[in-house]
Amino acid sequence: MQWETVIGLEIHAQLATKSKIFSSASTAYGAEPNTQACAVDLGLPGTLPVLNEQAVRFAVKFGLAIGAHIAPFSVFARKNYFYPDLPKGYQTSQFDKPIVGLGQLDIEVDGDTKTIGVTRAHLEEDAGKSLHEDYHGMTGIDLNRAGTPLLEIVSEPDMRSAAEAVAYVKKLHTLVQYLGICDGNMQEGSFRCDVNVSVRPVGQDEFGTRAEIKNLNSFRFIEKAIAHEVERQIDVIESGAKVVQETRLYDANKDETRSMRSKEEANDYRYFPCPDLLPVAITSALLDEMRDSLPELPAAKKQRFKQQYGLNGYDSEVLTTQRAMADYYEDAVNFSDGEAKLVANWVMGELSAALNQHNIEIVSSPVSAERLGGLVKRIADQTISGKIAKQVLELMWSSEHSADELIEREGLKQISDTGELEKMIDQLMADNIDQVEQFRAGKTKMIGFFVGQLMKQTQGKANPQELNKLLQSKLKG
Amino acid sequence: MSIQSEDVLKIAHLARLGIEPEQVESYASDLSNIMVLVEQMNQVDTSDIEPMAHPLDQSQRLRADVVLETNQRDVLQENAPAIEDGLFLVPRVID
Repeated sequence: MQWETVIGLEIHAQLATKSKIFSSASTAYGAEPNTQACAVDLGLPGTLPVLNEQAVRFAVKFGLAIGAHIAPFSVFARKNYFYPDLPKGYQTSQFDKPIVGLGQLDIEVDGDTKTIGVTRAHLEEDAGKSLHEDYHGMTGIDLNRAGTPLLEIVSEPDMRSAAEAVAYVKKLHTLVQYLGICDGNMQEGSFRCDVNVSVRPVGQDEFGTRAEIKNLNSFRFIEKAIAHEVERQIDVIESGAKVVQETRLYDANKDETRSMRSKEEANDYRYFPCPDLLPVAITSALLDEMRDSLPELPAAKKQRFKQQYGLNGYDSEVLTTQRAMADYYEDAVNFSDGEAKLVANWVMGELSAALNQHNIEIVSSPVSAERLGGLVKRIADQTISGKIAKQVLELMWSSEHSADELIEREGLKQISDTGELEKMIDQLMADNIDQVEQFRAGKTKMIGFFVGQLMKQTQGKANPQELNKLLQSKLKG
Repeated sequence: MSIQSEDVLKIAHLARLGIEPEQVESYASDLSNIMVLVEQMNQVDTSDIEPMAHPLDQSQRLRADVVLETNQRDVLQENAPAIEDGLFLVPRVID
């Protein structure tokens, strides 16, 4: 039988606020345990939540970016369950009146564009962290993360393959960073993903029973976990059994999913409106302000890069995936006097390689866009060759000097003076009559020897095009 | 709709309430009476009335995103039965 995969995703994006969603405690990552957990976060009796304005603004901004309906009134609800990292006994979340309603996002897979529905996005608080290492048979609880604002983004079950799911997650990941509402750090858990997977015979309208896979903190794991889970479900059905609705955990080490808990009981959350929080009103003034604050979004930027800079789809995609890289690229193009393609090659090639090697983000690049643009300008006007430019980039990496200063100081200027090159070629040919004759006897590869020798003599500064042209004509005699 | 003994036990478990076995019956009957009241209210036609999310006819006041809290861990952990390395210790939970 032919099977079709159906995937829906829930993504928790940690909002980049300074303080928590309902308290004035810090959200900074990596602090000593429980030093950023105040009385509100601990759920002590008598405390009351006060909603963080920035969290609301970020949620609205996201909603506008996916063309969603923003609820004029949204309501916080209590989701009740008991777990020690949730000290109040309920998570303050939103249920039937979320702040962001139906929206959509376009993804591209293998050159085809597909629209994925976003059912809703709602505000909620994060829980603390349980440490199961051995504390004399007890569990350690760190509540620093408790109360951190999250935007839970729920998709429609619109995806039909792991590749589509990953494309969607990447799109969202890029979008929230563009909007500046989430730092997107998956290792630190700022952007987490739960996947709902089911299979059904091709042609069937009803969905199959789904399993939810939690704990996917990289794009690669999402893809692998879905692939594994689809296979497991098909095996279950084809062996005559039924898929059970449950939560499964992906184990990256074993590359398998395993059952976590059966959902029927765990799911009895008894939501009800939170009496401690009033409905949240979104005014039209706030909507206008947020609409005006929207940056150019990734899809629009990619399109503009293709048109304005004449880049191909791949280059535009790579350069616009991170807003910081797109900004850097555009600055560098300006400083290079418009060498769009050459700058693209250098940003995506040499610069990215060096940044990766040193594990540095492009915003902290030791070589600024201005200096890289200046370097590319000198390649374009043939002051230096691409090979010498790599040397200059290395020198720039560890200094504050401009390309021009370094080219001058190190005497790296390319020799394009035909007279000078001709003199050197004549001398070299006179000293190596054997090789000249071999060339003339048809061993044309011998030209490499002459290029090599001359490059050595000029320390790589001979203009390669000029050199080649002169050598060809002189060797042929 | 009437509440049965099993319902009482289930709700009590979900809310982590300890109920004496001999109290189950009386809770079932009390809760059933509340449901009767709800049924009665359900008969009022509310189709023209906007649902109310909160008894106060106001909207939520918002707080500026500023960190004001300082580290109070020592004070806040004074009442904790067990702590170590700055962590609260609780009976072992394994998912």
